[in-house]
Order: sequence, then structure tokens, then C-alpha cells
Amino acid sequence: MSTLAPAARRRSRFGWNLLGLLVFVTAGFPVYWMLNTAFKPAKDAIDPDPSLLPTGLTLSNFRRALDIADFWGPVGRSLVVSLSVVVIGIVVGMLAALAISRFAFRGRKIVIVGILAVQMVPLVAMIIPVFLLLNDLHQYDKLTGLIITYLTFILPFTVWTLRGFIVNIPRELEEAAMVDGCSRTGAFVRVVFPLLAPGMVATSVYAFIQAWNEYLYALMLLSQEHQTATVWLGNFTTKHGTEYAPMMAGATMMAVPIVVLFLLVQRKMAAGLTAGAVKG
Amino acid sequence: MSAADTTTPAKVPPPRQAPPPDVPQRPRGKRTSSGAATPWLLLAPCLLVLALVMGYPLVRLVTLSFQEFGQSQLWGFKPAESVGFANFSKVLGDDEFWQVVLRTVIFAVGSVVLTMVLGMLIALLLQRVSGWVKTLVNIALVASWGMPVIVATTVFKWLFDADYGVLNAVLSKLPGVELIGHNWFASGPEGLAVIMLLVVWGAVPFVVITLSAGLTQVPAELEEAARLDGAGSWGVFRYVTLPILKPIIVMLTTLSVIWDMGVFPQVFVMRGGHPEAEFQLLTTYSYDRAFVVNDYAQGSAIALITVVLLLGVVAVYMRQMLKIGEVE
Repeated sequence: MSTLAPAARRRSRFGWNLLGLLVFVTAGFPVYWMLNTAFKPAKDAIDPDPSLLPTGLTLSNFRRALDIADFWGPVGRSLVVSLSVVVIGIVVGMLAALAISRFAFRGRKIVIVGILAVQMVPLVAMIIPVFLLLNDLHQYDKLTGLIITYLTFILPFTVWTLRGFIVNIPRELEEAAMVDGCSRTGAFVRVVFPLLAPGMVATSVYAFIQAWNEYLYALMLLSQEHQTATVWLGNFTTKHGTEYAPMMAGATMMAVPIVVLFLLVQRKMAAGLTAGAVKG
Repeated sequence: MSAADTTTPAKVPPPRQAPPPDVPQRPRGKRTSSGAATPWLLLAPCLLVLALVMGYPLVRLVTLSFQEFGQSQLWGFKPAESVGFANFSKVLGDDEFWQVVLRTVIFAVGSVVLTMVLGMLIALLLQRVSGWVKTLVNIALVASWGMPVIVATTVFKWLFDADYGVLNAVLSKLPGVELIGHNWFASGPEGLAVIMLLVVWGAVPFVVITLSAGLTQVPAELEEAARLDGAGSWGVFRYVTLPILKPIIVMLTTLSVIWDMGVFPQVFVMRGGHPEAEFQLLTTYSYDRAFVVNDYAQGSAIALITVVLLLGVVAVYMRQMLKIGEVE
């Protein structure tokens, strides 16, 4: 490239930019169309020749979405489930992450490989035995049952991610505190914990998103009247068939908070995910 | 690489960090002896929970697939009886099952190849565009990455709607194309192609962002040297960039295979909770056997076969993680 004349380079940069804009439009279009449909008057949504630009701004689709079926019940249940899963996942996961990152003990590698492998089992494959298990424990259609089951995928995730954050805190800091008279627990609470806090927040938010987005277990393990937010959206039909404009309003209400949360932590998580992977 | 040493602290205490001479030997010895139980105590809650929600169901999955287990066993009218390999021979002897396997493999391979190729191309493109274009693309990618799967599925359902879907309307504007009223889900292959598009759209951002991070680690001097030696753009990519990125690519590919073999909600919601025979993938097929036909044993057998099929891929992934030293 360095041998190209500046004009030619500018021209090729222009071509790349054009291509980049094409990627931007293609990748962003579904999101745009969701928002566009959610805010446009319902009669414009069923125009066989839809205008690609916004045709007006109305909140009536949102009102309709809230009317069709109970919205806040499912959202409340999703919140209860996701928050409980995050709290348990972070506390239990933190203890385990400490064990595998700060202690050398026999069987450590097996535990690590086991936790990684567990993460790889597709959830769908587990639904039948999990359903039967909860049925036996009389936890079918109970939020506690769903919370316990969500730990199958949240726990390996929190353990593994927190471990990544702990490993990046130099052990010398802890050792220095211990030389200065801190106990092991004291060194952790006073030195490691403050450094770990941002990583913990990011992990919690990401775990929350995963629990919030889960669909299959929520569908199978709770009855219709106790459905969560994802199932609410998945079932979004009315007597008149599918009303797309209110459905997109519902989709927007589900997506916007999650995407915002995701934007907040994405950079930190991506860094954590690749931290170890790019070593030469 | 020396840079790596600063990013991952050694798990072994560095040699220069010798204990200060004035510290007596005894407390150290005490700490290590009590330390033998500590990690297991810390691990105990995690292992207990995983044993209950993961270990037990996994065992149950295996035993179930060797039993007869239907409605009457579910309600406890009849005890579950072992039937040996009967479920497996029934499943494996069924032509429909093999069609489902073939469909699943084609679907997964197609999704993974598309995801990886598009992801790589976009990551390379992002190195060449101006800053503001890069920002725009990144915003679009992160927004689509963050979209809940169910939301994305309903949005795609709307985009591809036969009568009012924007895609049909826009495509019909092209000369000679008349797609108004075209039902994309009338045939299995076409409908699955749409679902594949949905999966790829959701998966590409992760690949692009991870590969972009990887690309910044490719030393510029190496590319420069290759170029001086007469390598073209393709040569530089093939012989410099690709080998350096290989660990990441292997990891991303195996993860994608695992994820794309496990696609469920996209098909399920797209087909309104009742995927037609032409849309069945291994996951929905197993679900269908268990919860629609009420043959839990056969459903388990199918799920177990899926897991076994994936074991090879998981093994590659684990090996890669061990190799790059993530697991130590």
C-alpha cells in the first residue's frame, strides 16, 4: 500500500468505506426496522409497499402490546429469576474461581476441564431429564426450579470469566499484603476484591443478559400463566393472527434495555474473552 | 512472545519472590497444609450445584435412553423398564432420523462457514476503512450481537413476512422480480436458509470483534517483511495473518459448530412452536419426540446421539484451550 500514490490510496479507501457502509446498513437494518415498525402508525405497518423511512411517530403500538397480554407479570418474573441467578452465580462462582486460580491442588486441572466441558453440552439435550427431575422434585412451574436450572449454564460461565479476571491480578499484590501482616482472607478482601469489582460487575451484567434471554427452559418448565418475558414475546399472537406493529413494540421493549446493558459491558467482556487467546 | 508474559501472570510464584528471610518457616508450612482442603471447600458449592443440575440429568439422559419411558411412566402408573438398545435401534432404523441428521449437518456447516468467512472479511475490511465508518459498523455489530435471540427471531419473522414483509417489497422493486405474497417458509430448504441467515446475522458480530482484536496483535513488521519479499495481499494473508490467527480461528469455529448444532429457539419460534417435518433439526426433533409424541426415552436417545456427535468438536476445542495455555 505504501507504494501507491496518495490519490490512488484515497480512491481505494473510498471503495473500502463504501463497502463498510454496506455492511453497516445490512447488519443494522433488522434493528432499524424493528424500531421503525414499533413507532410507526399501525396502518402504515401493513402497507404492501412500505416506506423505508419513518412515516410518523406514535406510541399506540406500545399501548396495544401492553393491552394484548399481561406484560409486567412476565417481566417481573424474568427479573426475579435473572437477578437470583446472578447473585447465586456470582457468589458461588467467585469461590470456585478463587479455588482454581489461586490454589495449586491435586485435581485442579480436571476441575477446570470439567467446568469447560460442561459449558459445551447443548442445553436442548438436557431439557428432557431436567424436566423429569423438576417434576420429581415438585419444582415444575416454580420460579425456584427455573433458577436452579439456569445455574447449569450461568455457573460455568461465571466461574470461567471470573477466573480470567482474577488471573490478571498479579499475585504479588496479595503476597505483599500478606507479608505486611494480612491474613489470606484479609489480603483478598482489601487488595484483590477492589481490583476485581469492575470485572465482577461486567460478569454479573452479562450473566443477567444470558438468563434474561433464555427461552427453552422458560417455555418448558413454567406453565403459560407463569411465563417469562421471552416466552411472552415468542407467543405474541392475537385473535386476529399476528399483529406485527405491536409485536415489534414488544420486541423493542425487550431489546432496548438488554442492548444498552450489553453496550456497557461488551468491551470489557470481549477483552476478557480474548485475553488469553492471542498469545503467540 | 515476551508481551504475553505481562498479560498472564505466572501461576507459579515467580522465583525472585522468595520469602523474606526473617519470616519463620513454620507459618508457611501451616498455610500449605491447611491449604489442601481450602480449594475444595471453595469449590464445594459450585460442584454440588453442578452435580445436581448437570451431573444428575446427564446420567438420567443416558439411563432414560435405555428405558421405556412414556406418559404412563411419567405419571408413575408404570415403572420405567430397561429395554436395552431398543430405543437406539428404533431411532437409527428410522429414515426420517437420517434425513434430520443430514439436514442438521448441512445447516450447521453452512452457518459456520458463512459466519466465519463473513466474519473474517468484515474484520479485514474494518482495518481498511476510515475511523468513522469503523465506528458505525461497530455500533451496528454490537447492537445486533446484543439483541436477544427471541427478539431477533420475531424481527426476522416480520422482515420475511409473505404479505407485508419489507424484504419482499424491496426485492419486488428489482426489475423482473415479483415476490409480493411469496411465502419463504413454504418449503423447508428455503425456510431453513432464512433461519440460517438469522443465525449468521446473530453470530457474525462475535466473530468480527474477536478476530479484530486478534488482528491488532499481528506484528506489522512481519507483514511488511512478507511484502518486501514479494507477497501480494493474498500471500500476506495466507502465510502471515492466517497462521498467527489460527488459535483464535480454531476456537471460534469449534464454538460456532457447537452453537449452531444447538439451534433451537430460532426454528421453534419461527415456525410458531410446531416446526413441520421439513424444518426439523436434531434439537427440535428430540424435543418433538419427547414432548409432542410423549416418548421421552426416544427423545433422550436422540439428544444423546447429538451430544456424542458433538464430542469430537468439543475435544478439538478443549485441546486448543489447553494448547494456548488458557487451561493450566
